[in-house]
Order: sequence, then structure tokens, then C-alpha cells
Amino acid sequence: MKIIACVKRVIDYNVRVQINRDGDGVVTDGVKMSMNPFDEIAVEEGLRLKEKGVATELIAVSIGGSESQQQLRTALAMGADRAILVENDAPLIPLGAAHILLRIIEKEQPGLVILGKQAIDDDRNQTGQMLAALWGRPQATFASALEINGEKASVTREIDAGMETIEVDLPAVVTTDLRLNEPRFVKMPDIMKAKRKTLDVIAAASLDLPSIPNVVTSNFSPPPTREAGIKVESVEQLVDVMKTRGLI
Amino acid sequence: MSERDVMEYDLVVVGAGPAGLSTAIRYKQLNPEATVCVLEKASEIGAHILSGAVMEPGYLDTLLPEWREHKPAICVAAQKDRFAWLTQTRAYRLPTPPQQKNHGNYIISLGSLCKWMAEKAEELEIDVFPGFAGATALFNDADEVIGVRCGDMGVNKAGEHGPAYAPGVDIHAKFTVLSEGCRGSISKQLIRKYQLDTGKSPQTYGLGFKELWQLPAGRTRPGTIQHTIGWPLDSKTYGGSFLYELDDDRVYIGFVTGLDYADPNFSPFEAFQQFKNHPINKKLLDGGEILSAGARTIVEGGLQSLPTMDMPGALLAGDSAGTINVTKIKGIHMAIGTGMLAAEHLSEAATTSGFDARWRASKLNAELHKVRNIRPGFNKGLWRGLLTAVIETVTLGKLPRTLQNHADHNSLTKLAEHSDPDYQWVERQLPPRDRLASVYFASNAHEEDQPVHLKVADTDLCISKCTVEYGNPCTRFCPAGVYEIVEDADGARRLQINSSNCVHCKACDIKDPYEQINWVTPEGGSGPNYQNL
Ligand SMILES: Cc1cc2nc3c(=O)[nH]c(=O)nc-3n(C[C@H](O)[C@H](O)[C@H](O)COP(=O)(O)OP(=O)(O)OC[C@H]3O[C@@H](n4cnc5c(N)ncnc54)[C@H](O)[C@@H]3O)c2cc1C
Repeated sequence: MKIIACVKRVIDYNVRVQINRDGDGVVTDGVKMSMNPFDEIAVEEGLRLKEKGVATELIAVSIGGSESQQQLRTALAMGADRAILVENDAPLIPLGAAHILLRIIEKEQPGLVILGKQAIDDDRNQTGQMLAALWGRPQATFASALEINGEKASVTREIDAGMETIEVDLPAVVTTDLRLNEPRFVKMPDIMKAKRKTLDVIAAASLDLPSIPNVVTSNFSPPPTREAGIKVESVEQLVDVMKTRGLI
Repeated sequence: MSERDVMEYDLVVVGAGPAGLSTAIRYKQLNPEATVCVLEKASEIGAHILSGAVMEPGYLDTLLPEWREHKPAICVAAQKDRFAWLTQTRAYRLPTPPQQKNHGNYIISLGSLCKWMAEKAEELEIDVFPGFAGATALFNDADEVIGVRCGDMGVNKAGEHGPAYAPGVDIHAKFTVLSEGCRGSISKQLIRKYQLDTGKSPQTYGLGFKELWQLPAGRTRPGTIQHTIGWPLDSKTYGGSFLYELDDDRVYIGFVTGLDYADPNFSPFEAFQQFKNHPINKKLLDGGEILSAGARTIVEGGLQSLPTMDMPGALLAGDSAGTINVTKIKGIHMAIGTGMLAAEHLSEAATTSGFDARWRASKLNAELHKVRNIRPGFNKGLWRGLLTAVIETVTLGKLPRTLQNHADHNSLTKLAEHSDPDYQWVERQLPPRDRLASVYFASNAHEEDQPVHLKVADTDLCISKCTVEYGNPCTRFCPAGVYEIVEDADGARRLQINSSNCVHCKACDIKDPYEQINWVTPEGGSGPNYQNL
């Protein structure tokens, strides 16, 4: 079985995100970029399935500018067999991403596609679901455990009420939650090997995509800063203050 | 258990600062067939680099002339120099000392420059490995350095191997170059082992703080460079400030205090914050916001404290040795120049031996010789120091004398003999409120479940002796609040080390009066994530 793991380049989770001076985006100049942490879990899960002998090949796929090759190289250094970058510099909403991934799936015919449940830049949590719908295959989102039994996958999902285990027919789409696994450290000799692995670059324009409306974000603003509080001496005073401020 | 891999290179460089990257690049330019790798403990190149930085471009022009077409994210040509002496409320303009004239220089982010240099290195097929710390040097039976061992990954706090445990790689190389910057951890090990500091004056250091501010429009004059001395320090304490005005309404503001200060109650962090609240700065900063901040020690010993720079199998380059010109507060060009010379030596001589002699016969040595007496002149206070500076500048350092340095760890006065000086410090209003608020701007990240990388030999001594003699100065000199004395439920006091706050400045390794703190590298990729510092 072939597995595809999807990988997005995002601002590193340790970076304090700042709005740019024009207010139409966030500062990315000189900012550290990384693989979306949930996607790292997706790659790790693919590797574990390969190590168990369930999968035969793991392909890492990314959509983005040519810089995204860096994140794909990381996936290759973790152990993915090859990588595909769909080069696209235009803004993209999850539906657009799902359409692009569908094209790659049609070509590669994987038995399983693993994505992060969301990317930490826009937190949309939609691409995996949309991809499953377009592909016409089952989806198992928020996975915290995954087991492959022949033609089926048993997936434990983290849901509001606790845990739920479902079974889906393969091929299927799985999105990862935090507790699925702990990704491995990249080893230095593997970084060297990754430099020699295949990384195909395909232009998004060459994929014969349907036209998809885009969403333009016109303005970003920081959340209001909290005003300094005041100290009250007694419950009575607290009630008074709340009344004068119209809170009760 | 996974096995330790071994990788072979012709040259391994530890530390991707200006010294290390220049060594690697120059070596590869001269020996295109050679295999070269560079290790960097930061998760990304430049993320642990903090510098002023006004750079003299000369050596970089020689090494990579194309840098001028690919300027770092922050790069502003120097315009005007100002120098002033501060009192609590006023600033008195002084003539700019000749060493601090900056015509032709550039204000840059050294972190961004290093990122670009690392890309150039990769284009030359040098293997650059961010996220990998050199943990210790490796030796052969003849006691020669044969490479370095990288730190293990995935070890938990108790020292046990976690599920993701990955043993660090051993890198074997014909030549090892240590370019770890100020107070390098492997460099320290090797200076001791090979007694490279025998016959030299003790090394002495400063602790520098720096913040990048975004200001309301129209307040800055890009390219203006201002240095001050005086308040908030008293005249016995060496130090001063820098303020570099950038484009896009941004400024770098920073403060360096000599770590040979005597007052056990002194807080270098507080001195910097006080400086920001001086009327000349407060006016400028008020209403602005901090974009990033951090702290790093700086070498101040100069030529008389410079250790021997070669040893069997390895070299020291840049501030791992201490090649900075402290009078100018400029170490970048010296680091680049030294790195290039190291590479040239290794290519021509095919041995590390002789590098120290070669360096000392070079222009780099001559530059430090000229200014060698200026910093130690301040050991007797600000006014004697300024006088020495004038004399040494006028005589071009040709007087037949060399003043000596003293070590920083034994410069503190004991509490019993100490009375608090009046620094005339004020109530301050600008952010950050305290050290923890400041660390936030360093975007620090350490995996919490890893061994503490600040090795304190005897923590009982902290309570039984240090509390009494010095009042635990580690709780004040650390810029990130790593060291705390806490009281347990039963009233017993003990040292608590908040190692995940550490910004890798190395002040504790230098200033601890009992020399019992050893800074070792944490898991690769841990530490600050400086942006544009
Ligand atoms: C506050 C301040 C202001 C300054 N202002 C100026 C100025 O205006 N102009 C100027 O020219 N100079 C200035 N300097 C000095 C200048 O920054 C240094 O001289 C210069 O950075 C030294 O270069 P280096 O390559 O030797 O070390 P560094 O620049 O310190 O680089 C060392 C690198 O090695 C890495 N490293 C260390 N140990 C290990 C390890 N064991 N394994 C892996 N990686 C490791 C570090 O993370 C770092 O990236 C200033 C310094 C400070 C602190």
C-alpha cells in the first residue's frame, strides 16, 4: 500500500506572530518557518506503518512556494521515500488545496492519505474533510490511534465526549490529532540521504483545476490589549464597581 | 538501543556565527573537493545570535563580495555618530572617540547575515546542520582532537532514554574548528585541557542586552548611532549603551555591563531597563512596542587574554578565542577575518600547528595590539579609564606597557564588606516589567523533559555559603531568571534552576563566584529563537 502524507510550511509555533505594518498580513520576513506540527505527526504515522510492513511507500506532498521544498526535505530526512511539491504562489483556501491533492491522488492511487487535522497558521480544519468528499472516500478525522486491518482501518478519534473508535474502508483520508504519536528526531546521516531522494516539482497551473473562488483577508488587527485591573477591598466594593460599569 | 553513527569530514566547524561560516566558506573556496560541515545548536541559523551590530564590511567584501547585492533583512548604512555621558536626568555630548567613528559601516542584524552566509555555504556544498549541538570534543590515543560528538536527543529529565531517543552522531574530521562565540562550552573544555591560557591575563567579559523596537512613525533618523557611558552605572562599573536607528521606524537599543562589577546586589537586567527610562530614551520609546529581545555575553579581555589559538587537531576562531576589538565593540569583522585566516592556514599548512603564530603576525593582531590597554584602563573606574583611553589613542598604543585584566568570578565584594551604592535608579514605566516578560520576546523554547543543562556542582554550597557571603548573585545576574532560591513547605531553602528559560548567554558560567556552574549544550534546537537581532 502506498501512503501519502501532506505537509504544509507554516510559521514555527515558537514564533510570536506579528501583524505587518500595512495590516493586510503577518510578518514572515526573517521569521522561522517549519512543518506544520500535525503534519509531522502524519509523516511519522506513515513511517510507522511502513516500518510495520503495512505500507510499501510513503510520499510526502506539499503545496506552496519553492521554499516549501525545505519542509519536504525534512519529511524525506524523517524517512519518506519521495516527495512532490505542487508549486503554487497564489493564495489558497482549503477547497483549492483539496482539489490539488485530489489530482495527486488520482495519479498516485494511494491506499491511505494522512493529513494534519489543521494547519497552525489559519487553523481551518477543513482540507482533510473536503478531500475525502471530493475523492468520494471515507474519512476519519482527529485520529489518536490508527490500525490497518487488511482492507479496513480502525481509527480512534478524539471527540468532545471522549474517544470513539470507528472502522473505515480503505482507501480513506485520516487526519491526525496531537496524541497519535511523537515524531522522531531527524538524524544527521538521514539529512544527507534526503538530499539525494526524489523531489518532483509540479506547477499547480498544469493540473487542470476547476476554478475556485478565493477568500481575501483584507485586514488583520491584534486582539485588544487587556487594561490593567483594579484591586478592590471588599465584596461590597466589588459589587459597586460592577454595577457602575453596568456589568450586573 | 540505536547505535551511534559516525560521519567523516575533512573539516568540522562548531558554531554557525560569522567566524565559523567564514572558516567553512573560505576553506571550501580554496578546496572545492573537501568535505566540510558546520554544526549549529540553534534550531535555525542565526536564531542564537545577538549582536549590536555595526559591522565593518572589509573582510566580508573579500570573502563574499556579493553580500552587498543581498543585504540582510536589517541593513542600514551608518550616518551620524553620537557619544554622550549620562547623569540620571541629563545627557552631555562628548566628542566621538576615533575608534567609534562608523563612516562606511553598516548597522545589520547579524542573525540575518549569518542566515544568508549559511545559504551561500550550502551553495558551495557545505553541509550546514542547524539543530545539532556539539556536546564534547573527541580525542585519539595521542590526545589530539579528532572531531566532536553531537548531543543526544530524546533523553528525559532523569537522564533516561525516552521513546524518541537518538544518540548524537560522532563527527570525525581531519580538522576541527571551534567557533562557538563568547565562552564556548567545548572551547572552554579545550582551553583547559591544552592549557591554552597559560601565561595570559585572565579573560574578562561583559553581559549585553538588546531589544528591537517598532516605534510610532517619524521618530527615527535611520543610520544614527549613539553610544553612552555613565548613568545608570556608577563610575566604578564598566559599561555603556548603544542605540542604532534603523529604517521603517525601528531601533535597536542595548546595554553592556562589564561582568567584573563588584556589587553583589547589582542586576545587569535592571541597569538596562533603567537606561531605557532615561529621559532621552523614554521620549523615543514611549508608545512603541518590543519586537524581539535577548541577552548575550561579550568577550572583553583583548590581546592580553587571547589564548593560544591552535592545539593538536583543532583551532579556536572568533570569540571562542576572543578576537573582538572591544574598544570599538566590534567583533564581527575580526571573526570573519580570523575565520578566513584559519581556512587559509589549514589549506596551506595542512596542519593546525602554526596558526597561532600566523594570526599573531597578521593585521588582526595589530588591530588588537593598538587598543590593548584601553579596557583594562577602566579597572580603576570610569575617569581613570577615559584618561587611559585618551593617552592610548593619541600614542596609537605604542607605549611600552600592557595593562592586565582581572577575572570576573572573583570580583564581587562580600556582603559583609559591602554597602549598596546609590545608583539613583528611578521607577520605570516602559515594558518589559521583569525578566520573565522579557524572555517572552526571545521566543524561547526548550523541551521541558530533558536534563538540566546548567550543571551546578554543589547546590548545598548555594545555601550554606553563597547566601551568606554574596546573597546568591545568580538570582540577579542571570538575564532570564533561570536561578531562583525557593523555600520548601518545611522552610528549607534550595536552588531551583528554571533551565527552560535559559537564553544561552553564558553569564552564569562566567560570573558565579565559586566557579561551580558549568553551562553545557541542551538538546539541539533548544533555546531562544531570535528574530532580526
Ligand atoms: C550586545 C552585543 C553587541 C555587540 N555589538 C557589536 C557591534 O556593533 N559590531 C560588531 O562588530 N560586533 C559586535 N558584537 C560582537 C560580535 O557579536 C561578536 O564578536 C561576533 O558575533 C563573534 O562571532 P563568532 O562567530 O565568534 O561567535 P557568535 O556570533 O557568537 O556565533 C557563535 C555561534 O555558535 C553557536 N554555538 C555555540 N556553541 C555551540 C555548540 N557547542 N554547538 C553548536 N553550535 C554552537 C551559537 O549558537 C552561535 O550561533 C556585539 C556583541 C554583543 C553581545
